[in-house]
Amino acid sequence: MTGALQRFLPLIVTTAVLVVGFLICATQFPNFASWRVVANLLTDNAFLGITAVGMTFVILSGGIDLSVGAVIGFTTVLLAVLIEHGGWHPVPAFAVALIAAGGFGAAMGGVIHVFQMPPFIVTLAGMFIARGLGFVLTTDSVPINHPLYGELNDMALRFDFGLKLSLPALLMLGVVVAAVVLAHWTRFGANLYALGGNRQSAELMGVPVGRTTVAVYGLSGLLAGLAGIVFSLYTGAGYSLAATGVELDTITAVVIGGTQLTGGYGYVVGTFVGVLIQGLIQTYITFDGTLSSWWTKIAIGVLLFVFILLQKGLLVVWAGRGGEPAEA
Amino acid sequence: MTLSAPGPARNLPQYGALFAVLLANWLLFPDFFAIRLQDGRLFGSLIDVLNRGAPVALLAIGMTMVIATRGVDLSVGAVMAISGAIAATMTGAGWSLPAVLAASLAAGLLCGLWNGLLVAVLRIQPIIATLILMVAGRGIAQLVTEGQIVTFTSPALAFIGSGSFLTVPMPVVLTIVVLAVTALLVRATALGLMIEAVGINRLSSAGAGVNTPVVLVAVYVWCGLCAAVAGLIVTADIRGADANNAGLWLELDAILAVVVGGTSLLGGRFGLVLSVVGALIIQSMNTGILLSGFKPEFNLIVKAGVLLVVLLLQSPTLTLFLPRPKGARPIGTVKPPVAPTSGGAKP
Repeated sequence: MTGALQRFLPLIVTTAVLVVGFLICATQFPNFASWRVVANLLTDNAFLGITAVGMTFVILSGGIDLSVGAVIGFTTVLLAVLIEHGGWHPVPAFAVALIAAGGFGAAMGGVIHVFQMPPFIVTLAGMFIARGLGFVLTTDSVPINHPLYGELNDMALRFDFGLKLSLPALLMLGVVVAAVVLAHWTRFGANLYALGGNRQSAELMGVPVGRTTVAVYGLSGLLAGLAGIVFSLYTGAGYSLAATGVELDTITAVVIGGTQLTGGYGYVVGTFVGVLIQGLIQTYITFDGTLSSWWTKIAIGVLLFVFILLQKGLLVVWAGRGGEPAEA
Repeated sequence: MTLSAPGPARNLPQYGALFAVLLANWLLFPDFFAIRLQDGRLFGSLIDVLNRGAPVALLAIGMTMVIATRGVDLSVGAVMAISGAIAATMTGAGWSLPAVLAASLAAGLLCGLWNGLLVAVLRIQPIIATLILMVAGRGIAQLVTEGQIVTFTSPALAFIGSGSFLTVPMPVVLTIVVLAVTALLVRATALGLMIEAVGINRLSSAGAGVNTPVVLVAVYVWCGLCAAVAGLIVTADIRGADANNAGLWLELDAILAVVVGGTSLLGGRFGLVLSVVGALIIQSMNTGILLSGFKPEFNLIVKAGVLLVVLLLQSPTLTLFLPRPKGARPIGTVKPPVAPTSGGAKP
């Protein structure tokens, strides 16, 4: 029993923070506790949630992916250029964007594995390349006016009790569910946790380290591409500077969600809750109206600090007396 | 840990690259090396490279020390924004220059102390420890400026950005001073050795009697101070503080400069002067791309290309295939650095 409690404690704490935060908001603002707010929370953070799922996988495997924000920006530009300048139908454009983003991620994974280079710096180079490619395509913000965009934006799943889930929100929820299955009920998921826990042991146990590394960065790139499609739906435009800093927002969500940055431990669901907590802070500040936007950054920084401390505290408790805390 | 050719041969790639970039600039733009004296200050493209490269060079000096301990400081851009915001706001409120400088530098020192304590005492991974300040720092800077772009007219503070000392622009003078002081601190004392020891193996160096927490805190504090000086220069140069954009993404440029300078991200070996050379290479490329009439959009791709080439040259896998000096072991045969695992800490 204590084992299960220990395992899920970070997840429980994160979820408790979300619930308590929502209750605080609901008591302060009478209109807060409505399905509309919930639906907006999911829609507004859909691209962040999708990206954060990919980031969770990368971090679980013991790596990091700094290129996701740039890949989102590049995807929106690619879509805009293909659809508006090239006259493409959005569906093949989506396919090309997903293949490009996934291939880009897989290539970074390959470089990381083959040349044994730190993921931090390889994906940093990837970030420069993806942003640069976006700039080269166009530096303008290109509006996308294809009728399909309007139809997709009107699409929603309505429930009888009043909840209306938009397409981005549904996509995010679908990705989260698929990711949970992938992480906990497939061989790939088991390999991922093993790789993040200890690379050498994983290799000795027969985990295909190279294939898993390429796959996990490919998956992160693919999800960033999907997030780029969602972002272009959401903003109705393609802009090479779109989604700057999203890589940090997603890493923050992953950490708040209880995943350890040293790899091997964490849950996709936690990341999802972490994204919602960030969204909740932003919604609170919007509702309040008197608080300035910079309080979002400070609040998220404080939250990040508290959660890291919490993780460290748990590690020390688990390791017992004399145990050396994890160090990277 | 990392084997390298002894003596100046090790530095050849960096100086060679700088020379090649400058040569390319000169071929594209024959007046590149022309320097003229005007109003008691030197002008010219080369001076421009030095002047504009100064903030990144300053960040790279601090970053080099941090990376040598196998860390990284992502917060330097945000620290620049904080120090600039404080300088502009206080100057606008009528404080004297010494008070303004002291407050800005103190802010950088505090930020560095915060990062250092997180890394050294709480033992948080450097990337993530400094991520906190990177996220929150920009918010703090906006808090200081109350979300406005604060401008000032004080010529005393502006002198730091656009003045000159003995005809040399002040940013360049400040960079040289910081570089000299840093080099003196780490190379004339045992501090540099201790920094390298901590970078190679924190536990072993602690066992050998190095006071690792103090070394780590000192390194992050120094990095914070360097960032504060860089923030002052940028603010003084544009006579204003923009909390949103000051120093934005410069942490990445600084890391790039350090890596191009040949300091290993795995810690344990560093070259201060080479990091500054790295910053100058990056700045020369920027200037070159602008002068050659290429769109500045290509800047990022060129940067990424340079970064990848330098990394490939450092890669243990690739080194195996290259001819190696007699008697030297290929790097690949040295046990690859394994990130210490949390062992029993796993559930």
